[in-house]
Amino acid sequence: MAMKIGEKPFFDRVDDALDDTFMHQSMANAQDGLRGKKIAATEGDEAIGDWEDWRSAGEEIRRHTLENLDYYLEQLSENFAKRGGHVFFAETAEEANAYIQQVAKEKNAKNATKSKSMVTEEIGLNEALADVGCQVHETDLAEYILQAEEGDRPSHIVVPSLHKNKSQIRDTLKEKAGYSGTDQPEELTAFARSQLRDVFMNADIGITGCNFGVAETGTVSLVTNEGNANMVTSYPETQISVMGMERLVPTWEDLDVMVNLLSRSAVGQKITTYVTNVTPEVGLQSVDGPKDFHLVIVDGGRSKALGTEFQSALHCIRCAACVNVCPVYRHIGGHAYGSIYQGPIGAVLSPILGGYEEYGELPYASSLCAACTEACPVKIPLHEQLIRHRQIYVEEGYADKSEQAAMTAFGIGASTPSLFKIATKGAPTFAKPFVHEGSISNGPGPMKLWTKIREFPAPGKENFRKWFKEHKKGDS
Amino acid sequence: MSKGTIHNRDKFLSHIADRLGREQKTDVSRPDWKYQPQWAVYQEKTSDELCALFNENSEEKGTHVLETTMDQLEETVEYVMKTYDGSPMVATDDERFAEFGLTDVFDKNNVHIWDAESGERNIEKAKQANIGFLFSDVSLAESGTIAQFNDRNIARSVSLLPTTYTAFIPKSTIVPRMTQVTARIHKQGGDGENISPYINFITGPSNSADIEMNMVVGVHGPVKAVHIVILDA
Repeated sequence: MAMKIGEKPFFDRVDDALDDTFMHQSMANAQDGLRGKKIAATEGDEAIGDWEDWRSAGEEIRRHTLENLDYYLEQLSENFAKRGGHVFFAETAEEANAYIQQVAKEKNAKNATKSKSMVTEEIGLNEALADVGCQVHETDLAEYILQAEEGDRPSHIVVPSLHKNKSQIRDTLKEKAGYSGTDQPEELTAFARSQLRDVFMNADIGITGCNFGVAETGTVSLVTNEGNANMVTSYPETQISVMGMERLVPTWEDLDVMVNLLSRSAVGQKITTYVTNVTPEVGLQSVDGPKDFHLVIVDGGRSKALGTEFQSALHCIRCAACVNVCPVYRHIGGHAYGSIYQGPIGAVLSPILGGYEEYGELPYASSLCAACTEACPVKIPLHEQLIRHRQIYVEEGYADKSEQAAMTAFGIGASTPSLFKIATKGAPTFAKPFVHEGSISNGPGPMKLWTKIREFPAPGKENFRKWFKEHKKGDS
Repeated sequence: MSKGTIHNRDKFLSHIADRLGREQKTDVSRPDWKYQPQWAVYQEKTSDELCALFNENSEEKGTHVLETTMDQLEETVEYVMKTYDGSPMVATDDERFAEFGLTDVFDKNNVHIWDAESGERNIEKAKQANIGFLFSDVSLAESGTIAQFNDRNIARSVSLLPTTYTAFIPKSTIVPRMTQVTARIHKQGGDGENISPYINFITGPSNSADIEMNMVVGVHGPVKAVHIVILDA
């Protein structure tokens, strides 16, 4: 399953999303709410000074880190191992899963608890562990809900079960987990808490992602609100943290800046309820700490962006600020992207990680309004990267053949004055069968998809050249 | 714990250097950042102002704040015990409880002190507890956050498992924001000191807004939080 969501083609997924009225309302509410909180905690918070300076600070740190990624990964791994931790560098999802499966087998692990982590979702870790007889229990409330509804997947990077309403959640928990209460969030949450308490205590392995690895001390930093990451990192004997290879900062001072950018941009908080920083112990043998700590660092296609115009996409800190301002995401929701990474950053990252064959259409799910670029706390030029993806998609021959032929014909016509003149003169006549009340609502060929969701203005009888000639005459 | 292991590193890092179009780097100096807005936040505030901000921001996160003097500390603790359902209770194994004169009130009320030597029994005690008592090592005015440097005695479970956590905040521990704490840890790391294996920033009770964006507290960790601010400076 891994990174991909659903088997349907992109436009079928979009059609499904456009028919889902609850989802539209939910996305709109979430975007408005999260964006409002973000603005209050960023431009609206005088105490932190100029938010643009914070964005510049974030960009500066991320750029330097990525430009020296090999050095800082070496430093991180060295310091982690110095304190007794085990580091595994995995080029692929398969390598990462095989290593984690091996650890699970050595520990004879039957149960693992997991706190929310996009990278473990990306590599399909739950299924891999199930294959060796270890059941993974999702403990983040939203992920717990999605896991109960077998086969459901995240629709937002920060609030993954956004597409489900409280009645649906109640029904799922009734059917799958023996819940008997109402659809009040407090009651549903209390049920999840009571179910998960024992699960936390009895797990053999605790699995987390890694918001930031701190190179100078070999620390895994987790930025959360619920406290489940604390439970997961405290009670199982073995801890495994899985980290996308770009998710690190050189020092603790840099961590301060990144946590501030993440908390304020993601959920509009000055800091999240928990910022938990775990480093392997040096013979301390705490009662409530892991005895064995593994850090799995995953490439998974990320290195394809290094040294290219997409390198800055790896600066992303997964705050979803771009998702929360995107007009396209607002209409089609997360599942339509077909990837666990949605919205503008999803449309940039997914083709890099999963290829153009699978995700090449996603960069077209953008209005190129640049709201995403403006929202990004580390200044990734998202809309420019979306355009570049589109260029590569066409150059490498992935675009629809009829569209390519139409564009080639347009290119020839537009660059040949005589042909252009004939075409503009003849356009009203050719378009006539499709025109209804001054516009085209069911166009032929390449116009078909465009006119499916909006109207195309009918070509005017008076073309621009003629109009210009006459007005120029009038001036003279 | 013995020294750990590292697998597949050389090939992995060499591939990254290749992609970046250069030789693998063995030495990098972190630049002096051009932008460092974090240092300016609340730099002009007095200790009293930082304390007021800490209290205000704690309350904003749903934390019950009590300000008290050393003389009235024991009385304040008794009040908290009564208000938040009393026994069973648990506290970290921390010398500061004695330094702040809290040994008697803990003894009198049967507060279980974390005892690393007795192992798992401590976790059971913390799970059952109505209240967990702990000290904040550094406290952040900007957000009403406590920072704890946990180890085998200053156990993380005490802030996590009981229904209510009660943190003692000596006023002298209050700093503007996270910047001051991370600078301190950065210095420790640079000086080659071992940092705490578990550095925990906590801001109020655990919470989630995952169901239709409704805020609910106590998802996995504590349901209530109390900050006792001690005017020691």
